[in-house]
Amino acid sequence: MAELKLMKGNEALAEAAIRVGADAYFGYPITPQSEVIEYLMAQRPEERTGMVVLQAESEIAAINMVYGAASSGKRVLTSSSSPGMSLKLEGISYLAGAELPAVIVNVVRAGPGLGTIQPAQGDYFQAVKGGGHGDYKLYVLAPASVQEMSDFIEEAFDIAYKYRAPVLILSDGLIGQMMEKVFLKDQQKRMTNEELIKKYDGWATTGKTNRDRNIVTSLDLQPDKMEIKVNKLIKKYAQMEREDLRYESINCEDAEYLFVAYGSSARIAQKAMELGRDKGIKVGLLRPITLFPFPKQQLFDLADQVKGILSVELSAGQMVEDVRLSVEHKVPVEHFGRTGGIIHTPEEIIEALEEKIIKNGSVRHHKTRESSIL
Amino acid sequence: MTEEIIIAGFGGQGVLSMGKILAYSGIMQDQEVSWMPSYGPEMRGGTANVTVILSDDRISSPYLKLYDSAIVLNQQSMDKFEESVKPGGILLYDPNGISHHPSRTDISVYQIEGNKLASEMGNKKIFNMIILGAFLKIKPIVKLDNVIEGLKKSLPERYHHLLPINEEAITMGMNKVIPIKIENGIFV
Repeated sequence: MAELKLMKGNEALAEAAIRVGADAYFGYPITPQSEVIEYLMAQRPEERTGMVVLQAESEIAAINMVYGAASSGKRVLTSSSSPGMSLKLEGISYLAGAELPAVIVNVVRAGPGLGTIQPAQGDYFQAVKGGGHGDYKLYVLAPASVQEMSDFIEEAFDIAYKYRAPVLILSDGLIGQMMEKVFLKDQQKRMTNEELIKKYDGWATTGKTNRDRNIVTSLDLQPDKMEIKVNKLIKKYAQMEREDLRYESINCEDAEYLFVAYGSSARIAQKAMELGRDKGIKVGLLRPITLFPFPKQQLFDLADQVKGILSVELSAGQMVEDVRLSVEHKVPVEHFGRTGGIIHTPEEIIEALEEKIIKNGSVRHHKTRESSIL
Repeated sequence: MTEEIIIAGFGGQGVLSMGKILAYSGIMQDQEVSWMPSYGPEMRGGTANVTVILSDDRISSPYLKLYDSAIVLNQQSMDKFEESVKPGGILLYDPNGISHHPSRTDISVYQIEGNKLASEMGNKKIFNMIILGAFLKIKPIVKLDNVIEGLKKSLPERYHHLLPINEEAITMGMNKVIPIKIENGIFV
């Protein structure tokens, strides 16, 4: 039986980590993410399931602890917010290179630098374009509700182990700190060591028996071998695009205009959509649930139907680049968003649609294209 | 039914917990709810406000520009949120510490002497429950039984002996809230 609670997004995520049977959490406090580690500490999961919760001395230590635990096949996660996330990037690149399953959570705040503690979505580039060094990608889930903060933990672990790759949950201060109704799933058992060895003995450092030794590393100094390694990663990412793309489309069937928004912005854009429809503007919403893989084909197809697209993000314009790449200049694509921790209102979004898309028709688009050709 | 509410005041006044109790009360009667806080880094003294939405349908934006009801507990919040009430909406405020009273005539304005009543009852901490009672008198969006259930859920068990005084405070607020008439920007 699912349990119904009123919880903050961060708390729901932390509770889900215990219930999914995670083996360990390593983290370091930072607003607006601190409720994750606070909640885990208060719950004493070592008594509930035997799960280890440890406050590391820094974000860098935490991500390297994740690397260590994941190497032994354990289900492990970490969380942080933007400045702390930047510190973790080296470790994340290593996790991807060493093909380790792990879940990383970023509850984004406004940047750059220390920025401010209010919500933002300025870490999109960092999340989907690498962030760390080398040819790697993260599977990125973008929750838009407290329920999804809870549900995505299990889904993230499933994907992480399906592909043996790190998975990022890209949330933000709004979803992390707001409270909503959440249905919590039943407690699952943590895997025993025997079960773990049976399942992951092919790659994890579970203790050497009669098999060949398992080496977990991202290092290969021979270029021909290293290229094979990279190609293997690229194949995984292609498979993710084929099999595990997720998105939600709302009111797109008859839409003449389209919002594209994820996470907290998707919620606010949905309200803007309602306001727009009240005014007689036929606008729909495409919400990427995974930011990588990105719903490229869906946007490409929708561009045949709509007159213009507005990418709504709490950033200076990041996802809008992927929207433009997806629609291949078929229709005008513009960006609207606030930064610095200011949250756009539904009214501002509908005004931006009228100003930037509806009023301009396709004029602005052609101008942009010509100037880019010249 | 959808009710979009802003509760705004100082940190330490119980703004966020009042919103939480309201949200829990909504859950008790099977509604969708959202509780979205906004506050500075200070623990006390800074401004704190929370947007609470109760609805029979899925809630889209937890963050709004305009509200059906504003509950205003200090001057800064009055300056900020009087304009954010939808025409025909409700503004409830505690006159304590208010120098510029509301002047809009296209909304319904109510007063509750929450601070004064809490002092008279000898417990400053029940201030927010007096305010909640006043609000529920004007907008009975949740049943009193469900509020009590909501209180039980949001208060840790060691505080459950305080449930009667909280209920008393809610009743007090219900009895003492008064409508304010405004004509040409002046109280009548």
